[in-house]
Amino acid sequence: MSRHIVLSPASQNTATGMIGPVDPRFRIICTIIFAVFVVSAASWQAVVATIVAAAVMVALSLPEWRKTLRRVLAMDGFIFATLLLLPFTYPGDTVFTLWGHAASQQGINQAIMIGLKANAVIFMVMAFLGALGSTDLGRGMMGLYMPTKLTTLLMFTVRYIDVLHHEYLRLRQAMRARAFHLRSNRHSWKMMGYLVGMLLVRAHDRSERIVWAMKCRGFHGHFHFTHLSHPVKADYIFLLVMAVLLAALITLEVLCPPLL
Amino acid sequence: MHIVDGVLSTEVVVAGAVIAVAGIAFGLRQVSIENMPRIALLSAVFFVASLIHVPIGPTSIHLIMNGLLGLILGWAAVPAVFIALLLQAVFFGFGGITVLGVNTVNMALPAIVVWLVFGPILARTEGRTMMITAFLAGSFAIMLSAVMVGVSLALSGQEFIATARLVFVTNIPIMVVEGFLTAAAFGLIKKVRPALLLSIPTTSMAT
Repeated sequence: MSRHIVLSPASQNTATGMIGPVDPRFRIICTIIFAVFVVSAASWQAVVATIVAAAVMVALSLPEWRKTLRRVLAMDGFIFATLLLLPFTYPGDTVFTLWGHAASQQGINQAIMIGLKANAVIFMVMAFLGALGSTDLGRGMMGLYMPTKLTTLLMFTVRYIDVLHHEYLRLRQAMRARAFHLRSNRHSWKMMGYLVGMLLVRAHDRSERIVWAMKCRGFHGHFHFTHLSHPVKADYIFLLVMAVLLAALITLEVLCPPLL
Repeated sequence: MHIVDGVLSTEVVVAGAVIAVAGIAFGLRQVSIENMPRIALLSAVFFVASLIHVPIGPTSIHLIMNGLLGLILGWAAVPAVFIALLLQAVFFGFGGITVLGVNTVNMALPAIVVWLVFGPILARTEGRTMMITAFLAGSFAIMLSAVMVGVSLALSGQEFIATARLVFVTNIPIMVVEGFLTAAAFGLIKKVRPALLLSIPTTSMAT
């Protein structure tokens, strides 16, 4: 594993691009609304239009959109595997047969539709939340009245994923120094089990030190975030643009016939 | 074993979200100021574990270890799983947004079942019996997750039954690997730092 920073966007400057400075609350709400819309859409034109709109937003908001695209492609391999069987199991008009199994037109349409929807959601998440740092994610969740405990737990977890990933890499290096090579046999699995166990033990010990250190500094259950500033004009303009976009997509959905 | 957006029917998505919210709310009740860093650090370990790829034959799998997660965190496993899936969705674009609830339930419920069923046995047994029980706990968690993913798919439409079967079959080697891993990790923890396992039902009632 060559990536040393696990959650890369977390360490990024968040105020980049067009969407960067927008209030995190608005971005989270927009993500949820658009995801629900896409999942319930029935016409492919609306879903494709969403992908195009989201891709434009990604291009405008993420300077490293190439990396984003690679991630999306990696995810697409997984989506493809999920949908591979669908044309053969969905009843309908036969298009072709493969080893005696008939593939139906309806099944192919269904598989394409699901693939498009999944991609649209991924693009939307990347566009709205891709440049959102973990602190802003926490502040946004807090601003949306998510339970304080959940938000605090999230912030803690984000913080320590990086720390424990370094711990993991150090332990792996120690194993390599002792000529351990990961293969698919019982010995390897046992060693990896010990590795995970050791990580847990060290995390547990570290957490005891942390809790004392934090109590000394007056920790009483949650972090103090600087308050989110009141939404400014630019935030409302963003919201207005998104509302217009959503209205346009809904119109497209209503006008176009459902695929199937 | 993630389910992506757009596959499941609305009923399954909504049911998953409702169960997940209830589970998270109940899980958060177990979180106090005292144990919050502990739960967060242990959740972070399981997140890091999910980045570890272990080769099986020609392919490789990433670890899930939800059985061990349940044994160590108890009910707090539900918010831990939710946070891990949320971070994966936001930072990696992996998984989905509307299916977060269903995916949380599919991963966290087996953890809770393992904790309730295998936890008391593991607390009482020693040596070989304990190792075999830990192996079964690790495998059973993956099996239950695979079954639940299959059920969520099958409930969304008849056409997904074949996919559901495929999910189960492809998970059989993962069950074996996770069993060995869980047994090794559990054995080590019980020997080195038994305090980590204090959330096991019978033990916590005794103290």
